[in-house]
Amino acid sequence: MAPIEKVEGRAIPFGLKNVDTDVIIPAKWLKTISREGLGKGAFETLRADPDNLFDQPEYRQAPILIAGDNFGCGSSREHAAWALGDLGIRVVIAPSYSDIFSGNAVKNGILPVVLPQAAIDRLMEVAATDPIHVDLDTQTVTTPFQDRFSFDIDPFRKMCLLNGLDEISLTEKSDAAIAAHEQKMAATQPWLIPAKI
Amino acid sequence: MTRPRTLYEKIWDAHVVEQRPDGTCLIFIDRHLVHEVTSPQAFAGLRASGRTVRRPDLTLAVPDHNLPTTARKDAAGNRLPIADLESAAQLAALETNAPDFGIRYIDAVAAEQGIVHVVGPEQGFSLPGTTIVCGDSHTACHGGIGALAFGIGTSEVEHVLATQTLLLQPAKTMEVRVEGEVGLGVTAKDIILHITGTIGAAGGTGHVIEYTGSAIRALSVEGRLTVSNMAIEGGARAGLIAADATTFAYLKGRPYAPKGADWDAAVAYWTSLATDPGATYDRTVVIDAAEIAPSVTWGTSPEDVVPITGIVPDPDSFADPSKQAAAAKSLAYMGLEPGIRMQDVVIENIFIGSCTNSRIEDLRAAAAVLKGRRKADNVKWAIVVPGSGLVKAQAEAEGLDRIFTDAGLEWREPGCSACLGMNPDKVPAGERCASTSNRNFVGRQGPGSRTHLVSPAMAAAAAVTGRLTDVRDLME
Ligand code: SF4
Repeated sequence: MAPIEKVEGRAIPFGLKNVDTDVIIPAKWLKTISREGLGKGAFETLRADPDNLFDQPEYRQAPILIAGDNFGCGSSREHAAWALGDLGIRVVIAPSYSDIFSGNAVKNGILPVVLPQAAIDRLMEVAATDPIHVDLDTQTVTTPFQDRFSFDIDPFRKMCLLNGLDEISLTEKSDAAIAAHEQKMAATQPWLIPAKI
Repeated sequence: MTRPRTLYEKIWDAHVVEQRPDGTCLIFIDRHLVHEVTSPQAFAGLRASGRTVRRPDLTLAVPDHNLPTTARKDAAGNRLPIADLESAAQLAALETNAPDFGIRYIDAVAAEQGIVHVVGPEQGFSLPGTTIVCGDSHTACHGGIGALAFGIGTSEVEHVLATQTLLLQPAKTMEVRVEGEVGLGVTAKDIILHITGTIGAAGGTGHVIEYTGSAIRALSVEGRLTVSNMAIEGGARAGLIAADATTFAYLKGRPYAPKGADWDAAVAYWTSLATDPGATYDRTVVIDAAEIAPSVTWGTSPEDVVPITGIVPDPDSFADPSKQAAAAKSLAYMGLEPGIRMQDVVIENIFIGSCTNSRIEDLRAAAAVLKGRRKADNVKWAIVVPGSGLVKAQAEAEGLDRIFTDAGLEWREPGCSACLGMNPDKVPAGERCASTSNRNFVGRQGPGSRTHLVSPAMAAAAAVTGRLTDVRDLME
């Protein structure tokens, strides 16, 4: 997983609310058994319109996406995060996300920045013409016009994103604690282990 | 004296393996359900890193999402191949991965095969007080038997396979209390549609919802699974309904459920998990059951709910400007005008199925309406898809399949079917479907499909009249 620290570039001023994962990547793209190449299917329905934002020359390969409330709601498909990543998105900025989507984003090296609607409105304005700068280390989003917005992020998520860390290796460090839990459960609630049939 | 705790807090506390300074917890997962769509990349990840499945004994795999619901064997009993190559590849991957990693596997033609969220409780694999995950957002369904269950993405599937744990932030708690008795024709589906319409599609974000109150207690386990199934439609990570005598009666004797003395110990433990008197929730919403009517969605968000006696709302009637815009877009997509009566909306397709409404009770409710009737001529496509092979067998033993086929509906093999537009069962572009599934998103049942979410009885009523219909008009 590629680490993220500073991301600078054009931001797609998408702004739509309640964008569900069916919109991010339609169901027909879920039939893959690999993670690559999903960028082609990202926002496919919207991109059927030749004037869509995503395919405007200035936003091609843009690393930042600005969205509305409740981004990534709906189906838990992680393909949504893979599709955004494959499209070149490293940072999404929105007032809120579905819980599942923001977890999936972080696990795939995409930073979900939460900012209030007023900040989003301003960034949408800037994104129409100019690049945006996101700094995970200082937890700020800045523009060439002296705008500066601070955002909160869970410290663990931040650490993972900054270091490009794979969560499984981190959890494996807790092996002894997991084994202890398993032993305790086997002793106190043996019926938790399903019968063999 | 310990602080009074909610059901959610008790289950959470019992599964904390480790707590990080920021409050994030490593949570032990008791049950992992795996299907063919969200698992191939996870298994590929395990192989690439040389990892194994930590607890294959706590993992159960079954294909459901992609399987066509037409006959799976030919007349000679040989398995028929899946025509769609990508679906076939996903199924083949699961068929290889399950034995390679030593996981219990219910294959595509087994009698027990079915939708993962139907199979889990039906096999007694899902139990109260357990943590359950699956790479499908409607995993919340298992909350209906009092399990803390939630959907995860493929990276998390890989994480659970490798470590049997997940890193999670504790959720906030929300109580949705439905008090009183529901009226005639009002089912669990109407209750949850009404709740979703009341709290909104983001109303439960960041929360785990516990459904309480006399109307919830009065529901069968099937009904509770329907309610909890759609917790996610209200934005919640999971739903919960405390296990009680109804739950225990449902689970007792199921293949994977505890037996003998273990059963008694388990029931004592499960009973102790109920929310303590005096425990507080971060939020409580109270709903009067008597106010719930047979309900239907008009738009493309599950919060777009009205009683069947209602009308398509005017987008301008919403206070929030963004909702106004969304409603206008929804109506354009749905091909509806504000002000028309829901009961005048003509329907061409009927789907009775999905993990929300494909259990025996759902099929009985639909059959009760269809008995001795026929579908309207303008209904071109009407399918009934049982949630599992066992539900199918039970329905056939009760003669329900005959009621459906006599009424002109098709009786199919178990699977996710037209819930998600991923297998051959799709609603054609521009056509409407009265569907018992859980999502009415744009394109959910196939590109351009228009979904109206309803209960099984309401879907059956729509089949009979060819338009959205108040099922009470067809009841004695
Ligand atoms: S029926 Fe629909 S919601 Fe349920 S598991 Fe299948 S695809 Fe998911």
